[in-house]
Amino acid sequence: MTEAEFDVSDDVTAVVEDTQLPRRLKDRVYRTVEERDGVTVEQADEIAKAVETRYLDTRIDPLDPVGTVSAQSIGEPGTQLTMNTFHYAGVAEIDVTQGLPRLIELVDARKTPDTPTMSIFLEDEYATEREKAHEVVWKIEATKILALGDVSTNVADMRVVISLNEDTLAERMITPEEVAEIIEDHLGVQTVQQGATIEFGPEEPSYRDLLQLVEELRDITFKGIEEVSRVVIRREELDDGSEEFVLYTEGSAFGDVLSIEGVDASRTTCNNIHEIYRNLGVEAARETIIEETNNTLAEQGLDDVNVRHLMLVADIMTNRGEIESIGRHGISGSKQSVLARAAFEVTVNHLLNAAIHGEIDELDGVTENVIVGKPIKLGTGDVDLRMGSTSR
Amino acid sequence: MMRNSTPKDIGSINFGLMEPEEYREMSATKIITADTYDDDGFPIDMGLMDPRLGVIDPGLECKTCGKHSGSCNGHFGHIELAAPVIHVGFTKLIRRLLRGTCRECSRLLLTEDEREEFHGDIDRSRKLGRDLNDVTKAAIRQARKKDRCPFCGEVQYDIEHEKPTTYYEVQQVLTSEYSQRIAGAMQGDEEEGIERTTPDELAAKTDIELTRINEILSGSFRPRESQRKAIEKALSIDLTDEDTNKLMPSDIRDWFENIPDEDIEVLGIDADRSRPEWMILTVLPVPPVTARPSITLDNGQRSEDDLTHKLVDIIRINQRFMENREAGAPQLIIEDLWELLQYHVTTFMDNEISGTPPARHRSGRPLKTLSQRLKGKEGRFRGSLSGKRVNFSARTVISPDPTLSLNEVGVPDRVATEMTQTMNVTERNVTEARRFVSNGPEGHPGANYVRRPDGRRLKVTEKNCEELAKKVDPGWEVNRHLIDGDIVIFNRQPSLHRMSIMAHEVVVMPYKTFRLNTVVCPPYNADFDGDEMNMHALQNEEARAEARVLMRVQEQILSPRFGGNIIGAIQDHISGTYLLTHENPRFNETQALDLLRATRIDELPDPSGIDDEGEPFWTGQDVFSELLPDDLNLEFVGTIGDTVVIEDGQLVEGTIAEDEVGAFDGEIVDTITKVYGNTRARIFINEVSTLAMRTIMHFGFSIGIDDETVPDEAESRIQETIDDAYDQVQELIEAYEREELESLPGRTIDETVEMKIMQTLGRVRENAGDIAEEHFDDDNPAVVMAESGARGGLLNLTQMAGCVGQQAVRGERINRGYEDRTLSHYRPNDLSAEAHGFVENSYTSGLSPREFFFHAMGGREGLVDTAVRTSKSGYLQRRLINALSELEAQYDGTVRDTSDTIVQFEFGEDGTSPVMVSSGDENDIDVDHIADRVLDSEFDTEDEREQFLGTKRRETNLSEHADSRRVSDAPEVTSDD
Repeated sequence: MTEAEFDVSDDVTAVVEDTQLPRRLKDRVYRTVEERDGVTVEQADEIAKAVETRYLDTRIDPLDPVGTVSAQSIGEPGTQLTMNTFHYAGVAEIDVTQGLPRLIELVDARKTPDTPTMSIFLEDEYATEREKAHEVVWKIEATKILALGDVSTNVADMRVVISLNEDTLAERMITPEEVAEIIEDHLGVQTVQQGATIEFGPEEPSYRDLLQLVEELRDITFKGIEEVSRVVIRREELDDGSEEFVLYTEGSAFGDVLSIEGVDASRTTCNNIHEIYRNLGVEAARETIIEETNNTLAEQGLDDVNVRHLMLVADIMTNRGEIESIGRHGISGSKQSVLARAAFEVTVNHLLNAAIHGEIDELDGVTENVIVGKPIKLGTGDVDLRMGSTSR
Repeated sequence: MMRNSTPKDIGSINFGLMEPEEYREMSATKIITADTYDDDGFPIDMGLMDPRLGVIDPGLECKTCGKHSGSCNGHFGHIELAAPVIHVGFTKLIRRLLRGTCRECSRLLLTEDEREEFHGDIDRSRKLGRDLNDVTKAAIRQARKKDRCPFCGEVQYDIEHEKPTTYYEVQQVLTSEYSQRIAGAMQGDEEEGIERTTPDELAAKTDIELTRINEILSGSFRPRESQRKAIEKALSIDLTDEDTNKLMPSDIRDWFENIPDEDIEVLGIDADRSRPEWMILTVLPVPPVTARPSITLDNGQRSEDDLTHKLVDIIRINQRFMENREAGAPQLIIEDLWELLQYHVTTFMDNEISGTPPARHRSGRPLKTLSQRLKGKEGRFRGSLSGKRVNFSARTVISPDPTLSLNEVGVPDRVATEMTQTMNVTERNVTEARRFVSNGPEGHPGANYVRRPDGRRLKVTEKNCEELAKKVDPGWEVNRHLIDGDIVIFNRQPSLHRMSIMAHEVVVMPYKTFRLNTVVCPPYNADFDGDEMNMHALQNEEARAEARVLMRVQEQILSPRFGGNIIGAIQDHISGTYLLTHENPRFNETQALDLLRATRIDELPDPSGIDDEGEPFWTGQDVFSELLPDDLNLEFVGTIGDTVVIEDGQLVEGTIAEDEVGAFDGEIVDTITKVYGNTRARIFINEVSTLAMRTIMHFGFSIGIDDETVPDEAESRIQETIDDAYDQVQELIEAYEREELESLPGRTIDETVEMKIMQTLGRVRENAGDIAEEHFDDDNPAVVMAESGARGGLLNLTQMAGCVGQQAVRGERINRGYEDRTLSHYRPNDLSAEAHGFVENSYTSGLSPREFFFHAMGGREGLVDTAVRTSKSGYLQRRLINALSELEAQYDGTVRDTSDTIVQFEFGEDGTSPVMVSSGDENDIDVDHIADRVLDSEFDTEDEREQFLGTKRRETNLSEHADSRRVSDAPEVTSDD
């Protein structure tokens, strides 16, 4: 930060700079002193001292066991969260896991969440024009055959007959030829395409094969992203009063979506922390953990939980540069101390492995010291007391 | 030897395997007989209860260390196993080692380059604290790919592992039916289009002489391996059979003994401390008797511990094994016994192995053996080591006492006389100490024990107390009873946050319950419907000082979770302050003084005005203002939506209710705590609660059926809205049945109709509530409580007076029960409101049986939900605490764990304490205001100025009890740094 220029004497600068105040507050002291006429150096010193006292009061105390406090601050409201898995979050059309199950899912760092979803923001004209926004939708939403037309089976001739809906095709920007080609690629059959009808059948007449083909046909994704089963468009108001289109999806494929034209990669998010991690890195993953836990709590009316606690949880989950879960497969399972691991879960295995690997428990942590009955090096246990001589 | 000297301070703990010789060395005796006691009840020598293993019966002396029971920790013995057995805990590793090392030379089947690579991986994993097993697995996978040993060239076979402890070597050997198989293949198969092969052709294809071929075909010559392979290739048949060769533990042990140290290191095994052959036991350590004490039943019979039972089994089989082997029993019998011995040793270590039947007690209960003792919540680790039982604790029911300060706890006298504090007698307190002792153990401020300077502890009894009191002198210690002003720790489970354990000052009281001020209910989450709480008396000065300074209730007024106050007015307190300030009632002098009589205020301010009769009066707001600090200035939007204005400690405008003084972020309490400190906040909360109680008693506050009954006219209007809604629902259903309903985007028609019906019915309750509300006066107690935020909401009122509304299970209308219908009272597929749990009655009018049933369904879901939730969130909490417990803020502002790994460079990105901010505003520092004060130097005293500047800390009172006798001019002790 560049130092702003204030019209104050050097002595004042000296006394203010002497405090432990951050730049922001020092500047404010300068400004205040500047605004008032005839502030003596002593008075400036006193102002600075008083501000400093107030400032230091708001600092976190050294040796404060912030970890435990944060853990409690997130765990305690857990009892007030609902178990109800589904809740309508923001968009009424899309179900998202909420409450305690979602919180557990986040802390567990599950590979795929129960209900993956993305919020896709759009750029430029894509955000303002409905047609354009729809273009993006068709690129994202997985289009299955049933959305394009009707499928019927002609048992007599052993043929599958697809009559495509030309309006839908035009809307979704796909031609019957392309459809036919995709079918040939996926099913390995010869198709006969005539206008909006496509016909094909098994190589040898077999009723079972025919049905099998229909089954497989239904699973083919003709357009869009396989994982995204549904996209909902919403018009949302921005802070400046203008409106934009935002897409919400059921299912997620974050990396694929970011490269689609018209998608604003800087604002688009996803509720799968691993996808964020893979595409944007740990720092983004950390941010997402904070954001998601905060939203989960806020949804249940617990928006008063201080973000600092969520930050600490997110920080410890991403401390090693990758996402670790909280629990025996993650942080608790990779602790240095054998005793701490044994005291958490799967006691016997940890002890046996420790013996094989010749591990040494240095007894640094909390649990180990409780076990051996030593004072814990945290908070008041981290300092020694020295008897002061009587007052000078 | 270190055996008898327990270390006072443990520096670190090394883990490793023990070698058999070490077991023998530390053993006090070899155990050879399975019997425990002889007919006279004395332990048998070299039996499982050998007196050299330690003593459990009081009075006896340990034959090894000479100590008595209680001070002797016990000593290990050992059993010499007749044959080696496998340690169950290591079966997986044994399998891996067998697969990864050469069957001939025991070297790891990896080339030098590969070794190097895996060695590097191991070192890296060690440094990063990753799981070494992953590297071991990878190394073994690599080693298994080798068909031959890269060192001695020996062919390697596959190892099969039959759980839990049997290993086979699988070799491919020539089948005995080789001639038939070859002949069969030479016949060919016309259908499959395989032609016949003549012996000549075969000889040509395989390069084997024709005579040999003929010999092979006749079965008189066994083809060699190369010939076998050639024939196999020529005829594309398989001539081998799997031959499994069981590896006995002794074989495995021999195999492992030859693995060189450096090969083991590649697998991450510490060769110094844990040689692999030690995973196969030849000597079994016998735990000391103190680890498996026997108990004497009432009938004089002894009942042995599960471990002893298991050891008896082991010794019996061990002996039978030896006898049989010496007698030259057939191999089959020996093997059976060996297996049996293995089973007993296995279950001795772990009795919950899948695939093996657990060893059972005579009664059929599975035995609790070594692993089971360590495992789980009640196991050694979580049950006895991480959580310990304590002395000096008490537990009883809690009940409210509004006359106590929030810092205090009422302790029943019988608890106070049982729990003691140690007094070090000096010249200064010797008279006091004598008084305690002379009161004896029964009289209240008495004493239970004294300790003479020579260390001898004497019990104070009714008989000897007078005499003992005279002897007490400086240098003695007196364990005196708890008295008023002592500090104790008070706790209510579940201890979900740090405010669940707080320090209180003792007030000794009659009767049997702990008494609490009601304002501390929110932090403990306590109520008085039978809750019990625990109390712990502190036993040293350091603990007492910490408790007073850090843990006292007033230090915990602000919650670190949301930065607001968690202690404040609740329930009736809020109703009280609401009544006091809402319509700003007037009080005459007597009334006003009565309201304030439990506070520090003993003089009223100037009257707020003179009423028509010429009498002076004080308004509710003025009375309340007496409790505020004189220079408090605040303005914010209050609970009921009006603006609350406080100017110079005077409530000018606004109603005082939940958002003002309530627990969970009451604005005024929060500000006072942050600006004026905890002591001032404690005084304020105490006084608000007593003032509120006086107020509510002044006005009277009760609730009855009539308060929730609406007039007939309103009732019929509510009925109308309900009928309207029924009609709408009917229309929806008809539209649905005519298939005219348009589905919502992304929903099926069925879902759409359900949602629309839900919406319609949801509106009914709202409307009914609105109608009911119109008919309630503002002074209706239920309305007062809902408005002020004391208890309940409008929903409760609606349900009582208007209509209970739709019952839901899983967020949907009730859809379960019979096929296509909820109850047999309805037609199948009836979509109407009443058939799916809509309750149109109110609680006052009473529910119909069907409605009641649906209501119970909804209610049951809630109960199940709570039960599931508590266990889930409990586990979440445990995991979170475990993962984060090591983090601590440092002097440099970073957050690190105990091994000094930095987790955050600055706590919460700005180093601000979560206690001092409320998430709404960041508790900004008002530089302008500070400058004003400094420049105008408007301080009453020098003290105030110094406090303001921060050169002098605000005084904290450490004991409320001592406040009254505090000497104000006592010299402060300051430290010299």
